[in-house]
Formats: sequence, C-alpha cells, structure tokens
Amino acid sequence: MTKQRFRLFASALALGASLFATQALAKSDIIIAMQLEPPHLDPTSAAAQAIDSVVYTNIFEGLTRFMGDGSVVPGLAESWEISEDGTVYTFKLRDGVIFHDGTTMDAEDVKFSLDRATAEDSTNAQKALFAGIESVEVVDPLTVQVTLKDPNGNFLFNLAWGDAVIVAPESIENIKTNPVGTGAFTFADWVQGDSITLNRNPDYWGDQPALETATFKFISDPTAAFAAMMAEDVDVFDNFPAPENLPQFEADPRFQVLVGSTEGETILSTNNKQKPFDDILVRQALAHAIDRQAIIDGAMFGYGTPIGTHFAPHNPAYIDLTGNSAYDPEKAKALLAEAGYPDGFATTLHLPPPSYARRGGEIIAAQLAEVGIKAEIINVEWAQWLESVFKGKEFGLTIVSHTEPMDIGIYARPDYYFQYESTDFQALMDTLNSTTDPDERTRLLGEAQRLIATDYVNGYLFQLAKLGVAKAGVQGLWENAPTAAIDLTAISWDE
Amino acid sequence: MLRYALKRLLSLTLSLAVASVVIFAVIEVAPGDPASFMLGVNAQADTLAALRAELGLDVSKVERYFNWVGGMLVGDFGTSYTYRTPVSQMIADRLWVSLPLALYALTLSTLIAFPAGIYAAARRGKPGDVAVMGATQLGIAVPNFWFAMMLVLVFAINLRWFNAGGFAGWEDGVWTGLHSLTLPAIALALPQAAILARVMRSALLDILAEDFMRTARAKGLSRRQALWRHGVRNALIPVLTIIGLQFSFLLAGSIIIEQVFYLPGLGRLVFQAISARDLIVVESVVMLLVFAVIMVNFLVDLAYAAVDPRLRSRT
Repeated sequence: MTKQRFRLFASALALGASLFATQALAKSDIIIAMQLEPPHLDPTSAAAQAIDSVVYTNIFEGLTRFMGDGSVVPGLAESWEISEDGTVYTFKLRDGVIFHDGTTMDAEDVKFSLDRATAEDSTNAQKALFAGIESVEVVDPLTVQVTLKDPNGNFLFNLAWGDAVIVAPESIENIKTNPVGTGAFTFADWVQGDSITLNRNPDYWGDQPALETATFKFISDPTAAFAAMMAEDVDVFDNFPAPENLPQFEADPRFQVLVGSTEGETILSTNNKQKPFDDILVRQALAHAIDRQAIIDGAMFGYGTPIGTHFAPHNPAYIDLTGNSAYDPEKAKALLAEAGYPDGFATTLHLPPPSYARRGGEIIAAQLAEVGIKAEIINVEWAQWLESVFKGKEFGLTIVSHTEPMDIGIYARPDYYFQYESTDFQALMDTLNSTTDPDERTRLLGEAQRLIATDYVNGYLFQLAKLGVAKAGVQGLWENAPTAAIDLTAISWDE
Repeated sequence: MLRYALKRLLSLTLSLAVASVVIFAVIEVAPGDPASFMLGVNAQADTLAALRAELGLDVSKVERYFNWVGGMLVGDFGTSYTYRTPVSQMIADRLWVSLPLALYALTLSTLIAFPAGIYAAARRGKPGDVAVMGATQLGIAVPNFWFAMMLVLVFAINLRWFNAGGFAGWEDGVWTGLHSLTLPAIALALPQAAILARVMRSALLDILAEDFMRTARAKGLSRRQALWRHGVRNALIPVLTIIGLQFSFLLAGSIIIEQVFYLPGLGRLVFQAISARDLIVVESVVMLLVFAVIMVNFLVDLAYAAVDPRLRSRT
C-alpha cells in the first residue's frame, strides 16, 4: 500500500467513524410549540406568561429561582443571610457570572434591577412584589444588602418570579427585542408571528445544558396544534390546548402525555358588592348549586383537581374544603328562599376566551338554572374583560383562572374586582406577612383558606391542569407549572 | 384627461381621509385599554400610568389621531404597543408571506377555473356541464377551514408530503417557501376557483348568444374556433374584474387559513393585534388595505378613461 493510498484509506475510515459518531450522538435541538406568542421579551415589564415561558431561567435568571416541583432554590445569589428581625437580607452573589454581551454580573446590576422595578416610572406588572423594599445597597461587587420596611416571609419566593430577574444597565434599552441575560441560552432570532430561536451559551456559569438550540413555535389554533404534533412538526407542545385529543396521544407510542398541576385556581368570581351577591346566603346557595366534577369532566375532559378554596392543592399548606360547598341543589334552593329569592333571580356570566371559561360557563349556567338562577352568558375578549369586568366591576359572575402563585392575598384588597371586604381577613394577611416561622405560616394560611371558603366569597371550581404532549424521547420536561416556564436546561433527548 | 385625473385624485384623497377617521374612531371606541392588557391583573395604578405615558396613550384622542395621520404622511406608521417594533417593518415582513400566498392561490384558482368554466359553457346542459356545476356548488359550500383540516389530515399527517403548517421562509430557496405554502394555497384557492368557474361559464354563455358570435360561425368558423377566438376573449372582462376583487380578498381575508396553518402573515398579525388591543397595528394595517383598494380603483378609473374617450369628455 502506497503512502497516498494509505492516506485515502485512513481518511475514508475517519469519515466513516465520524458519520457513525454523529449518528450515535443524541439529538441536541428541539422544537417546542406554545399557544401564545410573547409580545416582547422583557419579563420585567409585562404580565404575558408567554414571555416567561421563553426566557425564564433560559435567558434571564434571578437571585432565586423556582424548580419544577415549586421549591425555591439559589439562583444568581449563592447564599444569603437574614437579620434577626427579618428585615435585612444580605445576598452573596455567584462569582464569574457574565451577561451574554460579555459584561460582568455584579452587585451593581442587582441594585439596578431592583431599583428599576420599584422606581416611580417602573412598568413592572408585579410592582407589588417589591413594594416592601426600603433600600438596596452594594456592599462589595459580590455582596448586596436589601433592607425591607417590614419583615416579609415571602421575600425569597417573590424574588424567584420572572418579574424579578437580574438585568444589566448596558443592555436595558433593547431588552424587549434583544434580551441579554445571564442564562444558559442566548437569544438568537425572532421571526415575529412564527418562532423564536435560542442557542446554548458556551460561557454559562453553571452546568452546560444538553440542548444546543431550541426553537419556540407559536400555534394558537387547537386543531392546528393537534395536526402539528401528529405530523411530528414539533417535538413538544407546552400546555396543549385540546384536552379532548389527549387520549389519542396517550395511545400512540410515538408520544408521551404529561399531566401536572398549575398555580391556576379556576373560580366562579362573584361580584360581592352587587345585589343579590352581597348576601352571604345567596353566595352559599351558589356554591351548593355547582357540581364541580361535572364541570371538570365536561369542560376539561376530566383533567383538573376540585378545590374548595382559593389555594393550590399541591401546596403543603392546602386544606381540602370541598365538603364545605358540596353539590346539593335542594339546599341551594332552600338557601335562596331563605334569602328572599324563592323563584331565583337573573344575573350575567361574563366568559373570557379560554376553553375552561367558555365550556365551563355553559355547564355552570345550566346548573344554576336548575336552582332558578338565570345566568345570561356574555362572551368577551381579554381586553374587554379587563376593562369592563376587572376594572369596571360591571358583572355578576365570571369564570377566571387565577394563575399567580400564592395569590390568596388578593382577598385582602377590597378594591379587587370581586370586592370582598373583610377586616378579619385583612388582619390575618398582615399577621401572615410579618410571620417567618414556617409552622405558624402554615397555620395562618389554613385559617385564611377557611375564612374565604366559609364566607363563600367566590365559587371555587378546580385547579387548572397543565397538559403537555411530547415525543417519547424527550426527557426533563416540567410536569407541573409552579410558574410559567419551559426550563430548557433540564431537557434532553433519550435516543 | 389631466382634469379628469386631478378630479379622481381629489376624490381619492377625500376617501382616504374619511377612511382614516372611520377606522380610528371604530377601533378606539371598542373597550379595552392596551396598557392594562399588557400589565395584567396585578398592575398598580401608577404602573399603568407610567406605561400609558411610555406608549403615548396619555394624550387626547384627537391629538393621537393627528399624530397617527401625520406620521403616515411621511411613511411612519408608528411603533407597535406590544412588539415595540416599527409597524411598517412588521407589515413588510408579513407581506412576504401573505402576498406570495395570495398570488399562489390566485394562480391555482385561475388554472382550475378557466378550463372548468370553458368546458361547462361549451357543453351547456350536458352531463359534463352538470358535473362541473355540481362540483363548483360543493366548492362554494364547503368552508375553507374544514377543507384545510382535511388537507392536513391526508397530506401532512398520513402521507407526510407536507408540514402541517408553518412557513419555511424564502432563505432556503423559492421551492422550499412555495412548498410550505402549497396546502394553504390549495385551501384558499378551491372556493375561489368554484366562484370563478361559475362566472366564467355564465359570461361565456352570454357572449355565445351575441350577434357577432353568429357572424363568426356564419363566416365558417367551427364552434370550437369561434369559442376560443371570439368567445373567451370577450368573456374575460367580467372574469378579470372578479379576479381583481378576489385578489384583495385573498390578501386581507386569509385570517382563518393563516390560523389553521399558523403562517406569520398579515391576517394573523391583525388577529393577534386585535386581541392584544395593539390599536396602532390594527389601525395601520386596515388603513394600508384601504389604501391598496382605493389605489387599485383609481388606476382602474384611469385605465377606463384611457380606453373610453366618452369618460374623458364628460368631465
């Protein structure tokens, strides 16, 4: 064999080996579909969950972060110390963290981010999370001291929200279209109306993720979602919009179905200041007129957990109060008669676009009709709902899933759209906020759940399920949704 | 001719001005505040005020109207409230999908409709005519989104010839782009082809009854020759008018098909913008479509005048 021939032979061998190697390597790209497209990519200035789905923990990170099971763990803050009185938090930042544009992440950036959220002209959709911050001080480049006005047992939890991620003054101007964070993925491309692509960040401070690129595709139509999954155009559908199709995916070995829980308490919101709902007997009658399981079966095809109060069942502090408002139409009729409405009354039922509301609303209207309450269904778009129901409080009943985590505190706001005014509850929340002892907090949360359940503030229906569909080989997807997020760092292919 | 053109131009300007007022009024009157939509249910009053100021929503509606119109006169369509990108750029991006899709669908519908219409007219009352007319009746009756779903079921899910949706972009070549627009184009084209075939047939039948057709036959042309040389040509006038109308419909009216095939086109942009109360986007896109229709009419008017001297002298 001449030298040249040998070389040829060797390179052929090498080629063959490399071909084999690429085949043996696991897939490192993924296409994830979601229903809504983010309006822009700044999680700190909008409420749209689609923003967090794309950027949370992927592009942007906060001082703390949520894990898939809902626990809060250190993020950019390596550790922290809390003063005796619970008002001073000293955060130790991770060393060697750099933003995607090459600038260093340090205490100044943390101060900038928190000051920006609390500023007078702040457009943070969850500004209330930061309301308790008195001052933020830079101790040294890797140490930040946050002083609170009052102790707040929820502070580390609040910092894990997407609205509290750390951003840099150098890149803030174009954050909406070109987000620059510290996460394991960098922003690559956005074809508006179609898709967003992220690439792996080789300079990430933590473990390198298995994926090299991830594409988020936006498919809003439920039928199109089914077709895209079936034709294998996409690898994952986060929050699949058509629960009726899930059995078909379950039966197909090409796919896996992930059923988990969200933070969404789906409730029949009741205008507590409007007649006749200002009468607790009427609200109690309403509660007993509703058959939760029928709604879950009919509107959600069986997916969802019944709730008897405004609290997530997967939370350790949850207490099951469904028995307090068990389905009992006869009792409902008796209560209505006692309240002075033996023949029932007429009201309005405003339904926003999601299917839990539109489908659930039809069933609830029928159930209410059984006890004599005639609910006129009014279908509204979200913008209209916010304007007339949420802001204008012009409604009798409406169905909404409250998706913010740990949001029982809204019952302490008398100007909130369902207008529940209870000094007992407000006092309870004040005590809770200044309590840091975990056992005592659990007890207080239980008391709060009981209070709103026995006051029959709203009709408590079910905890919204998270329904994901994915190709069989995808691993590491979050089953539950403690916050809106698609954590790419955990995802890999098993092939 | 110049006076006529100037007069048409004046009426065009007036139409545009009236259209802009109507569009602005109708869209602004509908309830829903863009800022509260973006900030959601936990937004504080001061945050909402800050965002409204940032978006330029804190000034009066009259002032906003003139800002909008003034901007458009110099080619500035404003900046989207939600996306925060210039509306003109968004429209341009979306036209790269919607315009080729409309042209593709129109080509397909013409290719189907012409032979079908001519065939039916030539065989009036015979089984061939009845079959074509029956098929067109069906084509008009079938909703195009249902037809789209059937196409996806057969060609994307079962046969795997096409993707179930999405647009591949033009970067990988014209063929890749066209391939991804094929199913939506067919779904859009079919009902249009059905309408067009019926128009073609009835226009042709009208012409066939004309005196000059009899003359043509008397001069010794065969039925077929007379049909092709004199019939089809004259029947084209109403058919072209319909094609013109269909084009503007396809450009603006493919909202549902763009949803079913999740294409990033103009229709989907309007759909998203309406639900997000992105008023400036809705207003600008609608205004642009009105402008396109009015411009086409203006050019048609001018063309009529150029062809028909009576129109000129009357002014």
